[in-house]
Formats: sequence, structure tokens, C-alpha cells
Amino acid sequence: MLTLMIFLPLLGFLVNGIFGKFLPKAISGWLGTAAVLGSFVIALMSFMDLTGDTTIPERIYTKLFTFLHVGNFHVDFAFQFDRLSAVMTLIITGIGTLIHLYSIAYMHDDEGFYKFFAYLNLFIFNMLVLVLGSNYLMLFFGWEGVGLCSYLLIGFWYKNADYGKAARKAFVMNRIGDLGLLLGLFLIYDTYGSFEYQEVFRSVFAGSVESNAVNTAIALLLFIGAMGKSAQIPLYTWLPDAMAGPTPVSALIHAATMVTAGIYLVIRSEAIYALSPLAREVVMWIGLATSLMAALIGLKQNDIKKVLAYSTVSQLGLMFIALGCGAYTAALFHVITHAFFKALLFLGSGSVIHGMHHEQDIRHMGGLRKKMPITYLTFLIGTLAITGFPFLSGFFSKDEILVSAFAHNKLVFGLALISAGITGFYMFRMFFVTFHGTYRNTHHSFDKVHESPWLMTLPLLVLAVLSVIGGVVNLPHYLGEGISGILHHTLNYDGGGKFSPILIYPEHAPEIEHTTEWLLLGMAVSVFVIAFLYTRNKYVVQGAVPEADSAQTGMGKVLANKFYVDEAYDTAFVSSLEAAGEVVGNYVDDKAVKGLVDGVGSGSNGISRLLSIIQNGNIEYYLVYMVIGVALLLAFNLF
Amino acid sequence: MLQNLPIPFLVLSFLTILSALYVVTSKNPVHSVLALIFTFFTISAHYVLLNAQFLAVVNLIVYAGAIMVLFLFVLMLLNLSKESEPVKSNWWGIAAAISAGSLLLIITAAFQVSGEAVAKNPVEGIGLVKALGKVLFTRFVVPFELTGILFLAAMVGAVLLGKREKAVDALISKEESNG
Amino acid sequence: MSILSVFNQLEISHYIYLSTVLFSIGLFGVLFRRNAIILLMCIELMLNAVNLLFTAFSSYMGDADGQIFVFFIMVVAAAEAAVGLAILVLVYRNTRKTDVSFLDQLKG
Repeated sequence: MLTLMIFLPLLGFLVNGIFGKFLPKAISGWLGTAAVLGSFVIALMSFMDLTGDTTIPERIYTKLFTFLHVGNFHVDFAFQFDRLSAVMTLIITGIGTLIHLYSIAYMHDDEGFYKFFAYLNLFIFNMLVLVLGSNYLMLFFGWEGVGLCSYLLIGFWYKNADYGKAARKAFVMNRIGDLGLLLGLFLIYDTYGSFEYQEVFRSVFAGSVESNAVNTAIALLLFIGAMGKSAQIPLYTWLPDAMAGPTPVSALIHAATMVTAGIYLVIRSEAIYALSPLAREVVMWIGLATSLMAALIGLKQNDIKKVLAYSTVSQLGLMFIALGCGAYTAALFHVITHAFFKALLFLGSGSVIHGMHHEQDIRHMGGLRKKMPITYLTFLIGTLAITGFPFLSGFFSKDEILVSAFAHNKLVFGLALISAGITGFYMFRMFFVTFHGTYRNTHHSFDKVHESPWLMTLPLLVLAVLSVIGGVVNLPHYLGEGISGILHHTLNYDGGGKFSPILIYPEHAPEIEHTTEWLLLGMAVSVFVIAFLYTRNKYVVQGAVPEADSAQTGMGKVLANKFYVDEAYDTAFVSSLEAAGEVVGNYVDDKAVKGLVDGVGSGSNGISRLLSIIQNGNIEYYLVYMVIGVALLLAFNLF
Repeated sequence: MLQNLPIPFLVLSFLTILSALYVVTSKNPVHSVLALIFTFFTISAHYVLLNAQFLAVVNLIVYAGAIMVLFLFVLMLLNLSKESEPVKSNWWGIAAAISAGSLLLIITAAFQVSGEAVAKNPVEGIGLVKALGKVLFTRFVVPFELTGILFLAAMVGAVLLGKREKAVDALISKEESNG
Repeated sequence: MSILSVFNQLEISHYIYLSTVLFSIGLFGVLFRRNAIILLMCIELMLNAVNLLFTAFSSYMGDADGQIFVFFIMVVAAAEAAVGLAILVLVYRNTRKTDVSFLDQLKG
């Protein structure tokens, strides 16, 4: 069943890839959707098996074949379905199904329709391999696979050269992170002698390493990989550019699933991170810096998808803050809720773009709530969730992160709170400018703006519901013992001591007094309220519109230009590499290598010319040569 | 060392080497042929000394009597009696001498190194026709028959090669009339 | 003195030296002379030197095989001389020369 769940999307990829050209659009679209839906159903059933039956061990393990076996080196192509990977799988396949459904309508007049679904299915397959692998090598396999699919899908509209550049940028930055990941993997194998999660973590827990420096090194290297995949500083600039891909791609890959692979990696390697406080600190501070920086940049962005992209980077930063504070449950909780509302927001923005006939600048929108009510409503719910409206899913998950940050380091808490506040500002700014006020588009008449078809609005509604009730996954304990902390229990579940839980070093709730907790809660809510009121005042009551690009000044200009980071990278890395390439191409290759190769040719030519003098056709010379040859032979034989 | 050797051997060897040298160095081809015939005679004398009477006679009949006569015929045919071969440059002579000399040296050295362990086992009458004939027609009968075929091939080949072709002749006579 | 008594005074080494000297003289002639006929004659000289050696060994070892081999060498020499001279005549007919150094068309 596990194998079927994983390979169903691969089957969809193959069918759509090979035969898609000949199938009618409806069939290839629904086929792709059905493949993922099938995986979701199997995942659900397996999850209920896993948690319902106490006789089943902590994981369902399937080995397909021996991947590599060279001397002492042995790796299996094997999958394991345990509680952590089950949660991830449900999200991937569940939200994946909704997005596939959405894409049938969104991409319906694209000529590469079947290709899109093939790539989407391939992506789901690789993501499943990533989270369901039972060893680090399978994780890497999936890691690279999703990187490939990201490239394919970002550059989906390949006829545009800029989109291709964005795709390459994503791939290259990912690769840089992958170097760190690979080094970490090598170090893991070298230290613990295996790639299998069970064996590695058992060794880690048994404390088989003398110095902890190795663990720190491994943790940091793995985090470098996570930096690349989950868009943290300094490897985050690819994510906003990745918005060049179709909106369903942005929703699935760059919001809900692929970018969370880094978080998954860290949670999975909790045993290693638990032994290395230094690595955790690094994770936390980088997460914090990323969160703040991205939030600030988001304040001045005017493309509806770019705002959401920077929002994603910022929220990922929050998740890494949680990981750094040792709050793995909070991080996973936020992954889940973020998947719900971010996918919702992206799909909503896709709906807006679709209704506005591919207009993406919010300054050319306005007053859309009358023409697109369902989109408006669901987008509102998404915005409220992300900014932390009380009792929605985002509220609970964000609050948990803030609480654990507070318990760890007050300064981090303060800055994280500020970041959360800025979230409110830019989200509501975008919301009000897009949906309220007067319609400002000059190319496209207001009458032509329309609501999207049901295939697009249905996923929006489902995700909206999930965004509202999603908090139930891990309610805080002050709301009641019976229903609280389900996720926490799941991750720490050890079957009554029969097996080791996902989190090998058990997680303890932060030791904070109840009153302090209520105080923190209040601070989060008040920040939300302030942001809401301010933006409402500015953009609805006063009707302000974000200014044109040329009119930006001072700090606003810096933010609008994304702190000039891309330009800095270009000068520091890209230009020097290109110059080096030029030198090597023109000098080393043209002169040295070519000279060497030609030299060999002309050298042998010269030698042969020399030797051919001997062959002058004259019998007498030949006779002398013969005699000398015989004499030499005899002489050699003699002595 | 040379004193102990029997006179016949010394004289014969001297004559052989002398006439061989004359064969090689003579300017007149006819002189060379005659010197070679004399060399064959001396070698036959050596054979007699070595108790190989049959071979001595056969050597004379075949080599001196048939092959050398053949050479003479060709010489006469080509009218080379007054040959004035262009003198080769000296260094070529030196090169040839060195090559031949080195081979001589090496073979001599080889013999020195290997030592002389040949058991003397003189057999009365081993060179007579009767003894040789016995061995030839029993142990070596197949090679003997094969030499018959070899002669056939050589005869056919020689005759065929010697045939005059009318076209070639016309060409050559035209060349001669021009140049 | 009887023929057989030669053995008491001569070693095989003397015949080996004699044969080698004759062979080298013949070799020198092959390398030095340009006239094709003289060339062939010097080859005959070399062959004869070898014959002498074979006969000497045959006598000293009491084995008739050596002399039988001489017999065969003579056969081959005769055939070779005949064919070689035929070729020579043919070359003369075409080039009006017997100089070996003019036969260099197989240049490398």
C-alpha cells in the first residue's frame, strides 16, 4: 500500500507525459488529479491504521530493493510511514489534490496542459519520496527531484526568457544549499556508519560520538541545505522570482510543500539538533533575520504574488525560529496551518489574476469584492488566519511559536512579535488595496471582471474551512486537557515505551506561568488589532493607493528594491564568475588546451615525417637496416 | 695456433677466402663469376676433407656446373662484360663493412660464449651415396618430393617471366630510338 | 695423411670461423655491390658458407641429417637463382639497367 501510494503519482506522470498529447484535456487533468487523490485516500487509511491500532509498531516500513551495495556501503531504497511522515504526506497529497483540481480550470486554455499535470504529478511523487524515505539518501533523492520539478514548473512558460532565468536561479541557489546538505550527509555516514534514520538516531542517542563538534557540524551543514530549499538568508532570493511560474505552482510548491522540506529535515534530525545548542542558535537567529527582512520588503511590494512570496519567506523564518528554540511541535503545527492559509491565499490571488485577465499589480485593482464575492470571502479568511485573528488556525500556531520564543530568549520574542505585526500590515495593505476602494484599472473594464468557475472556488472554500478549524490540531493546554496538544502527543508518542518516538529527546512545554501566557496572547492580539486599524484607516477610509515605483523615496525605496540584495549578489558572485568563465573560455581553452591537442597532432606529424626519411625505397639501405637489425637481435639475445 | 693446423686445410682456407674477396671486389662481372666458380672448387675440396664425398661432387655439378653457367649466360645476354659501374662513395663501403663486420663479430662472440661442446663422433662412410641415400629416402622422403614441386614451380615461373611481350618491346625500342 | 685423421687436428671451431668469415664476405658483397647479378652471386656465396658449416657439423657429429639439409639448400638455391635471374632479365628489359639503386619506386 505504501508503494502504491508513492508510485501512483509517478504513474500519473508517465501516462500524462507519454500519452498526454493525445488525450483530451479533461481526461489528462482529471487523471492527474485522481492519481494524487488516490494517494491521499491511501495515506488517510494508513494513518488511521497507524494511530488506531496499538499493535502496529511505530512505523510501516517497506523496502523495495537494495539501492547501493558496494563493499561496506549499503543503502536501501526503502520507505517508512511513521507519524511525522504521515502528517507531511497528508498535507502534500491533500492540498495537492485541491491544487490539481484548481489547475484544471486555471490552466484550461494553456497548450501545455498535459505537461503541467505531468510535472505536478512528478513533483508529488518526489515530495512523497522525500518525506517517506527511511534513510537520508532517499530524502536526498526526493530533495533533488523536487528541485528539478521546481525548475520545470517555474519555467513552465518557457517561451519567456525571463521565466527561464528565474527557473535557473531557483535551481542554482538550491544547488548551493545542496552542497551543504551533501557534506552533512557524508559526515553523517562517516560518523554513524549508516544513512537509515533508525540506526543513525539510535547511535546519536546512545552517545557514540566523543566530541559534540561533529554533531554541530552535521546540524549546520544540514541547515545550509534547508536554507536553500526553504528560502532563508542568504539563499532566499529565488523564491520571489519563482513567482514567474503559474499560480498553482506557487501555491503548491512555493508555499505549502516544497519549501517546508527544510523544516521537515530539521524535525527529522531532531536527535542531532538536540545535542547541538550552537546549531539551534544559528537556526533561530537566521530564521529571525529572514522573517524580519522579508516582512519589511513585503511592505512595499505591489505585485500580488510577490507580497505572498515574501510573506512565505517570512513565515518560514518564524518556523525556523521555533525549531531553533527547540519547539518542534510548534514548527510542524505552523507548517500545517501555513500550508492551509498560504495555499488559500495563493489560489485566491490566482483567482483574482484570472478574473482580472492576468493583471497582477494591486495598484491596478480595487473594489473587486463586489464582482468576486467568493474569492473575496475566502481571501479575507486567509488574511485573517495569517495575521493571527483569534481562534483561527494561524492564531494558535503563531502564538505557540511566540510562547516558545519567549521562554527561550526575550529579545527573539520581541523581534518575532514585531515581524508578526508587520505581517499584519502588509497583508491587510494588500487585501484592502485589492478588494476595497475604487476600481483603478484602465485596460480592462470593470464589467468584464468575473468570479472564477466552481473548479477554482471549491478548493478555495475547502481551504478556507481548514484555515478556520485547523487550529484544532494542536490546541494550547489552557483550553482543556482532552482536546489539546494532539500534534504534540503524536510527535512524542512512544506506544507506552515500546518504541522511540519521532522526537527522541522528548519535548517539554515551555515553563511559563499562566498569567504570562495570557499576557503574551494579549500582546499578539493587540499587534493584530493595531495593524488592522492602521491599514484600514489608510487604505479604506482615506483611500490611499501605493505610489508608483518612480515615486519611492528613502527607506521605502530601499524596501521596494528588496534591500538591493539581488544586485549585491550579482556584483559579488555572478559577475566575477562570468569574468572567470570568459578568461577560461578564451585563454585557457582556446590557447592552452587547443594548443596541447593540436601540439600532439603536429608533434606526431613531425615525428612521422622524420621517420619516413628512412623509407626511401632504396634496396641497399633496406639491406643495411636488415643486417643491423639482425645483429642487434643477436646481440640482445646474447647479452 | 695456425702452426698446428694441417697444411691442406690452411691452404684451402686461404684460397677460399681470397677468391671470395675477389668475387666481391672485382669490377669486371665475368671475373667475379670465374672467381666464384673457383671458390666453389675450393669449398668442394673442403667437403672432401670432411668426408662428405657425395656433397663435394654434387656441389661441383650443381653450383659450379649449372648455376654459374646460368649466371654467365645472363651476363652474356645483357652484355655486361665491360661493366663500368659507377663507384660508390667511400662511406657506403664503410657502412657495409661495418655492418658485415659487426655481424661477424657477434657470431664469433656467440660462439665463444656458448663454448664448444660438440662430441667428436666420426662415422666411416657417412658421406657416401649409400648412407645418404638411405636417410634421404626414408626419413626425408616428403621434403624430397616437395622439392620436385618446388622445381616445377620455379621452372614455370622462370619461363613465364622470361616471355617477351610485344608491347613492352615496342615501347623500349621507341625509347632507345629517341634517347 | 688419411682423411679421417684430419679430425685429430682440427676442431669444429676452425670450420665455424671459416664459415663465418665467408658469410661476412658474402654479406659485405650484398651490401656494397650495385650490380644485381653480382648481388645474386654474393647471396650464393653466403649460402655456400652455410653449406660448409652444415657439412662440418654433420661430419663431426656423425649425423647424416646435416648433409641432407645441404642437399635441400642447394635445391632451393638453384630454384632461387633461376627465378631471380629471370626477374633480373625482365627488369633489364624495362629499364636497360642492372643497377639496383634505380629500383626505388616503393618509396615511403
